[in-house]
Amino acid sequence: MTSVLEIDGLTVSFSTPDGDVSAVSDVSLSVEAGECLGLVGESGSGKSQTFMAAMGLLADNGTATGEIRLDGIDLLSANEKKLNTLRGERIAMIFQDPMTSLTPHMKIGRQLSEVLIEHQKVDARTGRARALDMLNRVHIPEAERRLDMYPHELSGGLRQRVMIAMALMCEPEVIVADEPTTALDVTVQAQILDLLAEVKDNLDAAIVLITHDLGVVAGLADRVAVMYAGRIVEQGTVGDIFALPAHPYTQGLLACTPRLDVETEALVTISGQPPNLQNLPSGCSFHPRCKYVVDQCKSERPALEAMDNGHIRACFRPHVEVAQ
Amino acid sequence: MWAYFTRRLIIAIPTLWVVITVAFFLMRLAPGGPFDQEAPLPPEIMANLKAAYGLDQPLWWQYFNYLGNLLQGDFGPSFKYKDFSVTELIGQGFPVSIQNGAAALFIAILFGIPLGTMAALRQNTGADHAAMTVAMTGIVVPNFVVGPLLALIFGIYLRDTMFALPVAGWNNGAFPNRILPVICLALPFIAYIARITRASLIETLRTNYVRTARAKGLPFRMVILRHAFKSAMIPVVTYLGPATVFLLTGSMVIETIFGLPGIGRYFVQGALNRDYTLVMGVTILAASMVIFINLLVDMTYAWLDPKVRYE
Amino acid sequence: MSDAPMNERRSGANLSVPNADALDKAADVEGRSLWQDAFRRLQANRAAMISAIVLIVLAFICFVGPAFVPWSYEEIDWDILEATPPNFETGHYLGTDSLGRDLLARILQGGQVSFLVGILATSVALVIGVAVGATAGFMGGRVDQFLMRFVDVMYAVPLMFFIIILMVVFGRNFYLMFLAIGFVEWLTMSRIVRGQTLTLKNKEFIEAARASGGSTASIILRHIVPNVLGVVIVYVTLTIPQVILLESFLSFLGLGVQPPMTSWGALIAEGAQEMEITPRTLILPAVCLSTTLFCFNFLGDGLRDALDPKDR
Ligand SMILES: Nc1ncnc2c1ncn2[C@@H]1O[C@H](COP(=O)(O)OP(=O)(O)O)[C@@H](O)[C@H]1O
Ligand SMILES: [Mg+2]
Repeated sequence: MTSVLEIDGLTVSFSTPDGDVSAVSDVSLSVEAGECLGLVGESGSGKSQTFMAAMGLLADNGTATGEIRLDGIDLLSANEKKLNTLRGERIAMIFQDPMTSLTPHMKIGRQLSEVLIEHQKVDARTGRARALDMLNRVHIPEAERRLDMYPHELSGGLRQRVMIAMALMCEPEVIVADEPTTALDVTVQAQILDLLAEVKDNLDAAIVLITHDLGVVAGLADRVAVMYAGRIVEQGTVGDIFALPAHPYTQGLLACTPRLDVETEALVTISGQPPNLQNLPSGCSFHPRCKYVVDQCKSERPALEAMDNGHIRACFRPHVEVAQ
Repeated sequence: MWAYFTRRLIIAIPTLWVVITVAFFLMRLAPGGPFDQEAPLPPEIMANLKAAYGLDQPLWWQYFNYLGNLLQGDFGPSFKYKDFSVTELIGQGFPVSIQNGAAALFIAILFGIPLGTMAALRQNTGADHAAMTVAMTGIVVPNFVVGPLLALIFGIYLRDTMFALPVAGWNNGAFPNRILPVICLALPFIAYIARITRASLIETLRTNYVRTARAKGLPFRMVILRHAFKSAMIPVVTYLGPATVFLLTGSMVIETIFGLPGIGRYFVQGALNRDYTLVMGVTILAASMVIFINLLVDMTYAWLDPKVRYE
Repeated sequence: MSDAPMNERRSGANLSVPNADALDKAADVEGRSLWQDAFRRLQANRAAMISAIVLIVLAFICFVGPAFVPWSYEEIDWDILEATPPNFETGHYLGTDSLGRDLLARILQGGQVSFLVGILATSVALVIGVAVGATAGFMGGRVDQFLMRFVDVMYAVPLMFFIIILMVVFGRNFYLMFLAIGFVEWLTMSRIVRGQTLTLKNKEFIEAARASGGSTASIILRHIVPNVLGVVIVYVTLTIPQVILLESFLSFLGLGVQPPMTSWGALIAEGAQEMEITPRTLILPAVCLSTTLFCFNFLGDGLRDALDPKDR
């Protein structure tokens, strides 16, 4: 299998009056068709910006270097016009906040159909019919009626379904879901995750699921990459990550995720503050919060090293020591 | 929605009543009257005058009498323009002011919105800074400075050229007579609208739904026109309320400078001459206009923002 | 594992919640560095810094300058009695107006009036606006509703007309003028302060102060007022030019300060009468007024950018 989306040595930095912010540093990732990659990390670790760079949606003060290829096409060097033929058509993104991500003064139907009308040049009637079809596919009740509603008339869960429908309109090869459930109620979260699982099963798209919550990733992802302070610190199959977490940060995250199958006394937290991206700690960015820190961690940055089964991690300490 | 507007209308009536009452009693509190002149009038003439205008009656009688007449559209006689009723004066002056105001509003929208949009799309570039400095100049050089300057340039320096323009009088609304007053009224207005448009469009371009629209692969023009513009216009529409007040006060200045027979000049003249009824009449008219425009603004909101429509 | 818990999921790496006292201190520290940052950003803003300097210099000249001008603003030079060009021998450095009064002395006096009205009327607006806004925002409920409804009604009234009526009724009194203008300008201030108070009210450090038993008044004074200050400073800087403009407008129409006292607006009105012969009498006060308004606006915009963390 070849990867549809390949990110190679991506670095994203923002220039601000108070200095440069390196949001993403030397990140390499890839996803294959039909596969779901989970990208996990605390908020502010650079997960969103990694894929905003891929979509060409970085803020004006941001610059991206490295390479991002969609089926061989370099996205970073593509101009706006070229990007517009790809965005929505071959790579689509679902955003975190469904409450504010839909245009408030446009009817749902029009917001859905305009994607098709733009990319596949269908007429308005076909667009509307396909929009209706798609609303049904994402299980929106009374879909016909919803077409003529405005976003504020729908609940958060329904709006997120609309966002998903919108992303699916052109059956893209890559779907990036950026914290699709974070802003929703717990029960609705589960429903949206079920829907994404269904999408995964029915389409041959590559799905990137961004979240700060390992629990979300568990049921859906095939592989998981863990990000800390703009870097990938560990990556492996979902089984390996949960069973044999090899980086202290991943272990911390896992310990924070309440699980029904294990008795946990209290909610464990990772001590310390998330790092300041303008002034990162020397060596391993995680060392000030790490339980296993040794002198080497403070002066050198560990490189990503391969273990078995495609499992990689960036840590100096032997795996056995780190495992609980 | 209709219930909402009915409610608004019902609130408007007490507001108007407060305006009328406060203005009425304030004017009557004034020491000195409309007939005070440098050489005092003989007492019997003064008494006759007062009786003719009902000023010899008790205050409360005058007040209710005034309210009663008002309900019939009668603003009373002007104290200074002896042969005219205030209703007649307003009937003559209002069209002049409203035509100038509407023309200025039209020009301001026509130039201000594109200017602000262009500045927003080139945010923080030289073009943006230049446009906004010009806009700021338009705001800080008030129209009572621009007016005389324009009159100086077009009425005096260019007097004998093809660019000469009349600088005084209305001449029954002849086109050349309108040019300078309208430009003078519109300039700061263009500047305000450009600034508001710029700020609000920049804000809108940062919203999540504009990001969604871009992520869909829509061309930038379409993102702006279809997804950003309508919301970005909300503050501009909101500004139309204050803009009405702005036009009303602006009309006092330009009608004074260019000698136009509008309600603004009547008000200033009335205030300087203690022409109670005229001042009251214009004030009531202005208040009604502001209330009316705010109602219009609310209706426009409903069109711009579907959320309002259903509340 | 694939049946990982779907509900009862909490966000990942939560930080433990520090105690209220620490939060209170954190807020103070945050406050201080916020001001330092803002000041640094302001210093980096050339337009704003130049504006501030120009304003200080202008105000200084207006208030100290008259001591060095041989003529007073109301003195008529009986040897002249008409508008004349600048003449150093007679001590009319900028010439005279149509009555033979010294133009420079009059412009400086006009500047004093503009600056004084700007500051006094804005102070009136400030005091009323902050009092009403903070009270409404903090008390909430009925009080809030009543006050804000009142502000709404006042907004719908063309207050300019009332200022003019007031000026006519009570004579054109300097003190009345700034009171009247102040009474108009407080409306927006109260709305802004209320909005700020509402957002601050529910922040942790206020909760903490409340939990540790502070009285309402002390909470308002110690926590709300300092935090509202930033926005208020910005708005004050932007209100002053509006007030100056309003005063000039009134004076231009002959409804503001009365002769022999003058103001930039009144000088512009006089100048407009003479401009055909001596454009100087129109242009000089107009330039002074516009420069002052320009600088206040630039300074206000600069302050807003410096204090608004959103626009980093
Ligand atoms: N326009 C910007 N200017 C400066 N910093 C930014 C900008 N956009 C994002 N950042 C910073 O980049 C970092 C990574 O952000 P993001 O990728 O959104 O994190 P997350 O992992 O929560 O999705 C954050 O610390 C954020 O503050
Ligand atoms: Mg994110």
